[in-house]
Amino acid sequence: MTRIVTGLGTALLASAMFVQATQAEKLTSLGAGEGQVNIVAWPGYIERGETDPKFDWVTGFEKKTSCKVQIKTANTSDEMVALMNEGGFDLVTASGDASLRLIAGKRVQPVNTDLIPSWNTVDDRLKSAPWHTVNGEHYGVPYMWGPNVLMYNTEVFKEPPTSWNVVFEEMTLPDGKSNKGRVQAYDGPIHVADAANYLMKHKPELGIKSPYELNAEQYAAALDMLRGQRKLVSRYWHDAFIQMDDFTNEGVVASGSWPFQVNILKSKGAPIASVIPEEGATGWADTTMMHSEAENPNCAYMWMEHTLSSNLMSDLSVWFGANPGVPAACTDGRGMQTAEGCTTNGMDDFEKIRFWTTPVSKCATQNNECVPYYRWVSDYIGVIGGR
Amino acid sequence: MSNVAITSQPRGDGILARLSDALWRRPTLFLVLLLAPPALWLGIIYLGSLFALLAQSFFSIDEFSGLINYEFTLKTYRELFIPANLDIIIRTTLMATCVTLGAAVLAFPIAYYAARYARGKWKALFYLGVMLPLWSSYLVKVYAWKLILAKEGILNWIFEVLHLTWALEAYLAIPLIGGNSLSVSYSGTFLVFLYVWLPFMVLPMQASLERVSASYLEASADLGAKPLQTFRLVLLPLALPGIIAGSIFTFSLTLGDYIIPQIVGSSRLFIGQAVYTHQGTAGNIPLAAAFTVVPVVIMGFYLWMAKRQGAFDAL
Repeated sequence: MTRIVTGLGTALLASAMFVQATQAEKLTSLGAGEGQVNIVAWPGYIERGETDPKFDWVTGFEKKTSCKVQIKTANTSDEMVALMNEGGFDLVTASGDASLRLIAGKRVQPVNTDLIPSWNTVDDRLKSAPWHTVNGEHYGVPYMWGPNVLMYNTEVFKEPPTSWNVVFEEMTLPDGKSNKGRVQAYDGPIHVADAANYLMKHKPELGIKSPYELNAEQYAAALDMLRGQRKLVSRYWHDAFIQMDDFTNEGVVASGSWPFQVNILKSKGAPIASVIPEEGATGWADTTMMHSEAENPNCAYMWMEHTLSSNLMSDLSVWFGANPGVPAACTDGRGMQTAEGCTTNGMDDFEKIRFWTTPVSKCATQNNECVPYYRWVSDYIGVIGGR
Repeated sequence: MSNVAITSQPRGDGILARLSDALWRRPTLFLVLLLAPPALWLGIIYLGSLFALLAQSFFSIDEFSGLINYEFTLKTYRELFIPANLDIIIRTTLMATCVTLGAAVLAFPIAYYAARYARGKWKALFYLGVMLPLWSSYLVKVYAWKLILAKEGILNWIFEVLHLTWALEAYLAIPLIGGNSLSVSYSGTFLVFLYVWLPFMVLPMQASLERVSASYLEASADLGAKPLQTFRLVLLPLALPGIIAGSIFTFSLTLGDYIIPQIVGSSRLFIGQAVYTHQGTAGNIPLAAAFTVVPVVIMGFYLWMAKRQGAFDAL
């Protein structure tokens, strides 16, 4: 308990420092680097060759700019928002379900694209994506994007599963045993959208247009779906490495997952593969965003340029199984990725993916009567608790 | 000669010597200087953060941006009583109670043996055995347990070799305490809690049992008490302070833990995890603070009950 008490004490001290949040002005010119840059990132996103010497996109940057890169990893979008609210960071690799919240909370500042020479190489589909562009202002530089794939055990599924129903509905799997206790789901409220995405295809009468814009009735249907799923799921996955352990030791055979886990398990020789089922999939599209009170703005801009122009996106695309925000990274040989590799990762499936967005009550498709995100948070805790 | 030399030396010429004289002449000043650092530590670091926490729990959060409204409100406390949150509180308290009872039952024979029969190297072995788990990292132990309890883990393998898988499956089929495997059930969480906190129960219990004189037990037997009566009417009341002390450890440690139920368990939240989720993940510090007040209140109540039961009379 003391741990929690002191932890909260420090959190309070940190939070007291950002009470006065003001809209920061865009930078107009770059100066010399400050010597460091602090980044909040997804696990596996920023590698300096420590996990695998082949994957290193930090050392070169540090040598070139003398900006030392310091990384704090976060496991969920909510964790990222919380860290940015605490302050002390320059950049964050925010997904679409965090980016709008960060903009609304004035935690991030608009980016002057003139200071980023490689801006015009960014994928046209992402340049003005709604999750980082508000009123024509870009609040960040597109980073990577990818699908939340269905990971499965190839010894149980000789043929890839065609539908997400293997994780949503009780059924007998191809090996003749029930899926009860052998599937997993993501331990984050955004998983409600996966249920909605499934219902969109299988219960068209609900009239769901976007899995992130649900009116009360659609939302209730999605929660019912998840309550049914609770009976099938023994443990929800939160930490990528615990999920991998559950696939190897706990007899889990199917779950929504990231290509990251799929690639690591495959590289260890586990009988694992992944698929985007017929319903399509939710996905993430991340943006490198800059804190409104970034202490190292010059290094931060240098890093943003580095993400677009170096081997980073190409190698990260191989490492994480994601797609680069700069399409040329697939083809021009700046790193290890190839055009075929990008196709495997779903580069051409952009249209099939419904990208994570923060659910808000004012939504276009349901007459501004949507259930907002905070309800998703508390209700999902309830669903996992068996309510 | 030397005596003369010492007394004739001019006094108080060095700074240290003068300081020592001053402190000797004013014992209160000495006491204040001695007590100030720990008092400051307790006052500022501990109580300060506790009060900061209490203050936070009276704020609320803006639901979209996740920023905190610094205005007094009881809204956050009301949120504690919605069914999902109430579940978390009840679940944690029940688990803490079970762990405490389990630890008391398991620790008593160990402590009794160590206090009454173990001598010499056996006593050393007892201390080593009880303390050894405390020396290795907490996380390593919990992950080890995850592997032991996993569906394809060591324990299942042992059951299989002994042809007892049916017994384990029958147990896991029991609703609530069962599950798909031990590592995703409440039973698994309970076992790991029990293992990790057991030393905190054994040591105070052993200390209190050691103070119970053997002649009391003999006297009780001489006066015709059956062994069970001696245990119930003599040994247990005299050992109670140790049991209560141990139970305070196991109970409060289980109430606050947030790592074990995340690694071994069914993903249903415990208070510690709820605090961690709301504070670290959702940025909802007010609700996290309100959740932290819950174990404080429960522990306050627990200590009050223990006092009423006379647990502290022997202190």
